[in-house]
Amino acid sequence: MPALPLDEAGKYVAGAYLAFLLLVLIYVAIMAAKVERMRGELSELAELAERRNRDAGLTTSLPATHPDPPEADAKRSIPAEVSGPAEVSSDG
Amino acid sequence: MSLQVPSARALAIATVVALGAAFALVFFYAPNDADQGFIQKIFYVHVPIAICALIGFVLAAFHAVRHLRTGDAIHDVRSYVAIHMGVIFGTAALITGSIWARAAWGKWWVWEEPTLVSFLIVFLLYATYYPLRYAIADRERQARYASVFAVTAGVFVPLNFMAVRMAESLVHPRVFATADGGLPAEMLLTFLVALAGMALLFVTLMRFELAAKSTSSAISRLRRAVDNEAPIAPASRIAPVAPSEAGS
Repeated sequence: MPALPLDEAGKYVAGAYLAFLLLVLIYVAIMAAKVERMRGELSELAELAERRNRDAGLTTSLPATHPDPPEADAKRSIPAEVSGPAEVSSDG
Repeated sequence: MSLQVPSARALAIATVVALGAAFALVFFYAPNDADQGFIQKIFYVHVPIAICALIGFVLAAFHAVRHLRTGDAIHDVRSYVAIHMGVIFGTAALITGSIWARAAWGKWWVWEEPTLVSFLIVFLLYATYYPLRYAIADRERQARYASVFAVTAGVFVPLNFMAVRMAESLVHPRVFATADGGLPAEMLLTFLVALAGMALLFVTLMRFELAAKSTSSAISRLRRAVDNEAPIAPASRIAPVAPSEAGS
């Protein structure tokens, strides 16, 4: 079979490369949707755990799925009873 | 000395660079084929994809053997993800191959051609992996049966490849290791860069898929722990479990 002229062959070549790119894009879109769903689930679980801790009388909070700004971290208070054993001071 | 595993970001950047370089070489460096002309440019995307798909199936068999030997669920997940990627790349190989066939031979598909039909058989064989896997409810049995399938089918892949190489080709070209000469140097270089790019894409997507599976199963465990009011295990102790649980 003789080689196709460039204008005819170009359509097929573009079609093959675009089909490949399209498949990759579809895959990336599906992965993005999955990640978004997982982010939602994590936020929901974090809220649930926080609510449970509040109900139990604890004021500490679990890390959110988004990192808090530094000022929010500074404001967060952790009571002594949940922050672990106190450090032993060097002077006794 | 331990091998440093590159980060997902580094892999993604390497993939983009390699594929960009490959496509640039395809269109600005590699000469047109004397026989097929410009249409032969499809070769540089079609063949590397098909090779990666087949290697993915063999990789899945390797991890399946490790799963059967150790019983570690991580190898089952890796085997599953390798097959998953192989099926995706196989789909791309079939689509690009059909477009090339239409342009070169005037037909979308040639049933008499052993190369095409054998690849389709391998692809359909692996397509049955999903219903087989998800038809089994018990997670341990599911993983074990899936591994046995992956090993059996994985052995079939190189056997099938050798049988096709020995069979007489009707229209599908044999480019590598043929008596009447292989690729010219420029074409070979372009092909190797394209193959490296596709391999990197395969590894990167596999890495992302594994990370998604691991995170998804960790969330499932976390949800169960929260629902049962059990103590929540630290993240580092959450091992990936079977994909069905991970909510594929």
